[in-house]
Amino acid sequence: MTDTQTPLLVMQNLQIEGLSEDRWKPIVKGVNLTLGKGEVLGLIGESGAGKSTIGLGAMGHVRDGCRFSGGTVHFDGIELTGASRETCRDLRSTRIAYVAQSAAASFNPAFKLISQHAEFPVRRGLMQREEAEKDAIDLYRQLQLPNPEEIGFRYPHQVSGGQLQRAMTAMAMACRPDLIIFDEPTTALDVTTQIEVLSAIRNIVEEFGTSAIYITHDLAVVAQMADRIMVLRYGEEVEAADTATMLNDPKEEYTKSLWAVRSFKAAQKAPVAEAQVPVVSLKNVTAQYPGTARPVLNDISMDFHAGRTVAVVGESGSGKSTTARSLMGLLPPVQGEILLNGAPLAPEFRKRSKAELQAVQMIYQMADTALNPKQRIKDIIGRPMTYYRGLRGKQLTQEIRALLADIELEPDQYMNRLPSELSGGQKQRIGIARALAASPKLVICDEVTSALDQLVAEGILRLLDKLQKEHDLAYMFITHDISTVRAIADEVVVMQQGRVVEQGAKEAIFSPPHAPYTDLLLSSVPEMDPAWLDRVLADRAAAQG
Amino acid sequence: MHYLLRLFVQRLALGLLTLFVVSLVIFLSIELLPGDVAQQVLGQSATPENLAAFRRELGLDQPAHTRYLSWLGGFLQGDLGNSLISGLPIKDLISERMYNTFFLAGFAAVISVPLAVLLGVIAALYRETFLDKSINVATLTAISVPEFFVGYILVWLFAVELGMFPSIANLSEDASLGDRIYRTFLPALTLTLIVTAHMMRMTRASLINLLALPFIEMAQLKGASQRRLIVIHALPNAIAPIVTVIAINLAYLIVGVVIVEVVFVYPGMGQLLVDSVAKRDFTVVQTACLLFAATYILFNLASDLISIASNPRLLHRK
Repeated sequence: MTDTQTPLLVMQNLQIEGLSEDRWKPIVKGVNLTLGKGEVLGLIGESGAGKSTIGLGAMGHVRDGCRFSGGTVHFDGIELTGASRETCRDLRSTRIAYVAQSAAASFNPAFKLISQHAEFPVRRGLMQREEAEKDAIDLYRQLQLPNPEEIGFRYPHQVSGGQLQRAMTAMAMACRPDLIIFDEPTTALDVTTQIEVLSAIRNIVEEFGTSAIYITHDLAVVAQMADRIMVLRYGEEVEAADTATMLNDPKEEYTKSLWAVRSFKAAQKAPVAEAQVPVVSLKNVTAQYPGTARPVLNDISMDFHAGRTVAVVGESGSGKSTTARSLMGLLPPVQGEILLNGAPLAPEFRKRSKAELQAVQMIYQMADTALNPKQRIKDIIGRPMTYYRGLRGKQLTQEIRALLADIELEPDQYMNRLPSELSGGQKQRIGIARALAASPKLVICDEVTSALDQLVAEGILRLLDKLQKEHDLAYMFITHDISTVRAIADEVVVMQQGRVVEQGAKEAIFSPPHAPYTDLLLSSVPEMDPAWLDRVLADRAAAQG
Repeated sequence: MHYLLRLFVQRLALGLLTLFVVSLVIFLSIELLPGDVAQQVLGQSATPENLAAFRRELGLDQPAHTRYLSWLGGFLQGDLGNSLISGLPIKDLISERMYNTFFLAGFAAVISVPLAVLLGVIAALYRETFLDKSINVATLTAISVPEFFVGYILVWLFAVELGMFPSIANLSEDASLGDRIYRTFLPALTLTLIVTAHMMRMTRASLINLLALPFIEMAQLKGASQRRLIVIHALPNAIAPIVTVIAINLAYLIVGVVIVEVVFVYPGMGQLLVDSVAKRDFTVVQTACLLFAATYILFNLASDLISIASNPRLLHRK
């Protein structure tokens, strides 16, 4: 149904600038783009590539602190970069709609979903309120939301993330626009939820022949959704082609590097000797928040051996991070025990000795918020050295320098910097250094690569692997990303709803037969094959039918 | 709704407990005040026998805890006791004054609350423009000048120069509503100028804080106009902080208006309280303070309930 002959959207040499430190700096540097009626274009690139800025530009919108600085955007013949607010406003909802990354944050918490859905169809005089509500319910049904009759009458906080994302797609469809901008609509979702949202979006876009710009950093996702793909980097087009060509025959080096999914794989390690005492073990740990009816962790047992990585996988709410909290003594177990080198640890961290606390350190997901913005790098790394190891003066400086060299940051250049003077990947390296500064036995890595771009994340994984070998560290690696698990794990623990579904050596977990939940989890990970989504959906339908 | 009702009862019980503690604090701090009502009434020349007899008559010879309990007991039964000085029932003394104070505060609130919210919305709508800055400068100037000065300026302008309103807000008991409004206009205006800035700035700040959130950008991308963005999409989410500040300011209107009452010779609670402290009329002081505390607690209770009712996340659990 693609009709590329009559373009709906044409961008010519689009330039957008952003204000940073009182100077206008280019964000989008002359992008050309043509979108036909009924066509789905995938925009792909790492963070800072200008994907979202271009997507918003297609609606004639720039964020605060940004401006159009050149070029044109024509939507159905109407020029938008120089258009009045009213012109742009009249197009929105009715002809161009937007689906945001986080539906949970993008629905107004004060109103019911259906009121927000009906707002613009009614205001633009397209429908009466009852008609709009009826239509909303029809769309909810088409998007396979549970209880389509009722779900709209709930407030956003009463609906799960995946359902909200579908409700937001329904809202975008409310006025049957010609173009929808999908801005990373599934990035914040678990893989098993993502697959439902992807298929719902694809079906409804096909059904109404809507054109779409699909923005994502996930190649496998864009392969399922787009007719054509454009790769962006630093606000410029790297290359663009139809999906099949792009996947099979990319021209540019950068594209190829993106396509070469995870080349890193940690070397396989020898199995653990029978007699070896684990550094830390959890024995049948059950934990519960005070004043709640049900435990959040049920009968969890795990062993962490020196020099080995245990990957804990599961969706949000599965209890991965809670297990780590319990281990750290932040949520003391109500049953079971935690052993350090075979000796029991106090359940609560306040009752643990300094040496016991020193043995387990943590690296956080958001290095941005985990580092004190007012402290210099040498203080961030130096404090645990002084506190746990009593290092001071010259010796301390020496250790800091050695550690910085270890995490591949030039000591002279970085010692006196503030976290704000580092990139995302460098901040995460400092987070790692801070954990290592205590000379721990076990390091808990909580989604440490989730907030990073793929190439940067790979660098972090390599570094962690190197450090593990050098210091004989045990890692507890918490992640929702299966490919990370494949790259780094020795043992895998699959968790769901506070229970362990399956655990064992990586090879055993990843080769069939799987536990049903592990199977669901593994089969939901998008693959680069454009036919993947259809195949999985067909398989699942067959299995059910 | 059932949830709100339960919450109301809970908070009310907590409020009563607070009031009980406050009554203790009031009683104890008045015990600590220097001065003796018998000496005050009978003068320096009174004989010790006279003083003792006078104290016995007023019950001042009783130990403190007995007096506290009888005061509290009477209070609970609606008997506020008698003035130590004039011997008149405090109820009669206070009710008229209380009414006057509430009337003036209510009048000022009716002007200032909508005005402050409206100005806050306008300032947020035209943020960082000349209009926004003018509103800020004007309200801040009003709040920075001492209140008696604002009062005298208004008297000079409206009473002396223009002759539109009376400079003294003395009320006869049977004054009609129109007459009351006419006579209390200047004090109400003074109070408005004093309380508007705080509420207006909170409205503006809460709204602007919300504007950075994704759901506001979403509304913008759905095609909402600036005005709709602020009034329909942002304001309902800003009710809690705004109402909290409004409650504090309303309480101030009732409790903190002594100076304005003095400037306009207005027969309200503030003046009564000042007079009673000067005369060592401790029973009146106690009672007035407790009533003030009750007002404070009630306003805060109301603002808590409104804040919760305005937040679907608290009102409609998952």
